[in-house]
Amino acid sequence: MALGKQAAEQPGGLLTRPTAARGIWSWLTTVDHKRIGILYFVAGFFFFLIGGLEALVIRLQLARPNQALVDPDFYNQLFTMHGTTMVFLGIMPLSAAFFNFLVPLMIGARDVAFPRLNAFSFWTFLAGGIILNSSFFLGGAPDAGWFGYAPMTNTQFSPGTGIDFWIVGLQILGVASLMAAFNFIATIINMRAPGMTLMRMPLFVWMTLVVQFLVMLAFPAITIALIELLFDRQVGTNFFNVVNGGLPIMWQHLFWIFGHPEVYILILPAMGIVSEVLPTFSRKPLFGYPVVVFSGVFIGFMGFAVWSHHMFTTGLGPVANAAFALTTMTIAIPTGVKIFNWLATLWGGQIRFSTPMLFSLAFIAMFTIGGISGVMLAVPPVDAQVQDSYFVVAHIHYVLIGGSLFGLFSGFYYWFPKVTGHMLDERTGKWVFWLMFAGANITFFPQHFLGLIGMPRRIQTYATGLGFDLWNLISTLGVFVLSAGILLFIYQVLRDIRLGERAAADPWDGRTLEWSIPSPPPVYNFAELPEVRDRDQLWYQKHGPKHHGGGLPEKPAETDQGIHMPGQSWYPLMTALGLLIFAYGLVYNLLLAGLGLVAVIICIYSWAFEGVGGYHIHPKTEEQS
Amino acid sequence: MSIVKWSRRAIGLALLAALLGGCAFNGPQSTFSTAGPVAKTQLDLFMLTFWLAVVVFVIVAGALIYILRRYRRKASDGDSLPPQTHGNLVLEIAWTIIPVIFLVIIAVPTVRVIFQLEGRDSSNTEALEVVVTAYQWWWEFEYPELGITTANELRIPVGERIRLKLRSGDVIHSFWVPQLGGKNDNIPGQENEMWLLADEPGIYYGQCAELCLTAHAYMRFRVVAEDAAGFEGWVSAFQNAATQELASEPLVNQGAQLFQQKGCAGCHGVAGVSVGNSKMPNLTNFGLRTSLAAGVLENTPENLADWLRDPQAIKPGNYMPNLGLSNEEIAALVAYLQSLGKPDVQAQAYLGGLDGTR
Repeated sequence: MALGKQAAEQPGGLLTRPTAARGIWSWLTTVDHKRIGILYFVAGFFFFLIGGLEALVIRLQLARPNQALVDPDFYNQLFTMHGTTMVFLGIMPLSAAFFNFLVPLMIGARDVAFPRLNAFSFWTFLAGGIILNSSFFLGGAPDAGWFGYAPMTNTQFSPGTGIDFWIVGLQILGVASLMAAFNFIATIINMRAPGMTLMRMPLFVWMTLVVQFLVMLAFPAITIALIELLFDRQVGTNFFNVVNGGLPIMWQHLFWIFGHPEVYILILPAMGIVSEVLPTFSRKPLFGYPVVVFSGVFIGFMGFAVWSHHMFTTGLGPVANAAFALTTMTIAIPTGVKIFNWLATLWGGQIRFSTPMLFSLAFIAMFTIGGISGVMLAVPPVDAQVQDSYFVVAHIHYVLIGGSLFGLFSGFYYWFPKVTGHMLDERTGKWVFWLMFAGANITFFPQHFLGLIGMPRRIQTYATGLGFDLWNLISTLGVFVLSAGILLFIYQVLRDIRLGERAAADPWDGRTLEWSIPSPPPVYNFAELPEVRDRDQLWYQKHGPKHHGGGLPEKPAETDQGIHMPGQSWYPLMTALGLLIFAYGLVYNLLLAGLGLVAVIICIYSWAFEGVGGYHIHPKTEEQS
Repeated sequence: MSIVKWSRRAIGLALLAALLGGCAFNGPQSTFSTAGPVAKTQLDLFMLTFWLAVVVFVIVAGALIYILRRYRRKASDGDSLPPQTHGNLVLEIAWTIIPVIFLVIIAVPTVRVIFQLEGRDSSNTEALEVVVTAYQWWWEFEYPELGITTANELRIPVGERIRLKLRSGDVIHSFWVPQLGGKNDNIPGQENEMWLLADEPGIYYGQCAELCLTAHAYMRFRVVAEDAAGFEGWVSAFQNAATQELASEPLVNQGAQLFQQKGCAGCHGVAGVSVGNSKMPNLTNFGLRTSLAAGVLENTPENLADWLRDPQAIKPGNYMPNLGLSNEEIAALVAYLQSLGKPDVQAQAYLGGLDGTR
């Protein structure tokens, strides 16, 4: 134990609190938001690569007409798992990596509100990812699309276990997302540094907050739908069974009232990142901060009023179609406002074309394309032609790659020095950017044409003579360029994480609180809680005018006991393990499920009585020693 | 600057690709090759949104490129700060209103066209009605007023409004003939309605647009639009099919017997011959069809022989079993099936290049 640390008293419990400071045990029992953020990134990126590999096989299969590289059933598994993986195991955890690492730092806190719950979210997410992907080796992965439309998913049409894995996997992931949502809402509402009013919060924190509310309100809908489907399959209920009076269309309503907010869950974090990167690399504040905040809130709110635009061709009738067309178009207004505010942020600035900035600028261009094609899809008579065609595939990939993924990459290059203490080499970074930018556009722009000339999505092959051949070939070639960018990125990260130039605390001339502490941050984050008098607090500390705003509340007195750090714990990991057993039990054997459930209950009970634990740390003493 | 050079080259390449592909935008399944008023109206609306999209993209991308070139950080900037502007109310209001104007331009015709193309149009009771029932992985077309049931090929008279009632026999499918109009879903337990009209005679390709598991990619079909006389002939061929004499070729008669003996008749209905299973494709007047296996192959004797030899090789996952037929049996069945609806044609014509030994 280092000088300046002292243990708090240990109350009794089933297991003593672990104290490993390094090595695998320290990672398995960690409750540090920064380490959990890194775990989220590593696991999310691993699943992202699996999803990318699935996409590569899909594109190879479609490179030429009438190919049989993979058989139709396996092809259906590939695109189902590609979609499910990228949404739930790729972009969501990669966003969660940023929430975890950055939100406490940006609001001047020392951890999230519930550190053990935070660890539990991560391990539960990992369990969900393992369940979903293990299905490939246990009789076949789910094959009914990431949307799993009833009645295709009932036991008559999908007798295998693939759909069961899909149901329990998504349920477990839902638990992880909901726990994280409660945690971050509590953190952002309660743990901001003195003086950080809501309207002084960094934009990224704002978007995180909106996303957590979307998770909290959207996931219950799919939870209910999945439970109904599980009951239909395993208990013989008839929620979606037509023969006995079930209603397949109900699945679509339940799925999309979750599914549409879900796409904002995927894009708003990226919008938050871009709103941090653009001001830093223009050396100007974000233009129209309150308008950008409220646009984000409005987008999130309207996300619950547009779900039926995914169902324009299901025969809802002209009144419903017209109404949902209009609500959908409304979303283009705050989105457009955001884009104009980003442009105005750049206007008059001193723009540096560093790698994070390039990804953010590409975000603006590509997200604009995806947004425009979204407005086209909002027009029901146009949608009638392009719905379920490759036009939609192009649209979602412009939004989710050009939007979400480029936003996340921008954030990765921006905060990598903060996380690791090393810079990423700019020259390699620019190669990564241009390869990914070119690759994404070559792959996905031709897919607009494919949809318009009549190629439906989710088809394993196509006939020649329909004009599909050329565009499919170009699209497949694009994937190789995109993959080259990703491979170079992996190489660069593995190289620069050890050999990269040492990063200073504030290498980009940043604006927000995380740049005020060393890179990488010490375990306690802030030796002294910061006082916030401004939006972009650090910027005004550096560049003035100082004390821009007033109204600083009294700072809570820090006792001479130093900083209390939460103790590590076994229970988050073990509870998640219990959930994993429970999930496999639901697929295979209810007795096993019962066993898993008992394990979960015992773990939660012991968790509750584990006691405060932790230790105190005296950063000033430490510095002196 | 190398980035500008690169982007110029990229734009040049993209234009070249667009030019090369220009000829590829038309095709038998393209939404640009419209052949009826529904598809035409939808394309007009698409083009309106497309040109507005181009305007928006040019504004945003143009502004972005202009700003990036003009406000690039210079060495002379040093430690100086650019003006720290926080916002501008007038600008915010302006760029809230501009998208609203664009959206109104789209929204007004959108709502009008939604109601104009509405399928449940009770004022058009005169239109010919066809019940389209989708199954994994084929289409049944039933003409209740004409007493006709057929599969995978929708015959319609040119210039007449056709009312389609969409149903499903199993999972959700989606009926889509891009040249004639947008899609509509076939949902079990529910009936959707739409209407189509073909301006010109021709064969229009369609395909299921909603994932329906294994053979989704092979769930195609065709719409054959004919002039009034041609359509009348097709209808009467069906209405007289039950009483039609079998062609007098021995091979055809042998095929007719095999059709019963090999169990074909247990699934496939043929008017006057077998009832079949109502959830399997009806083969009445099969010889009149242009395609087989739900639009996957042209209906030629060679293709039919390949299909009978190994259906799974042509359309993986479909419910037709491999009956283990000999070449002679296949030749006889091909001759029989090709003769249905065309009793006057010589057997050699049904057989094409098949001589029973291939």
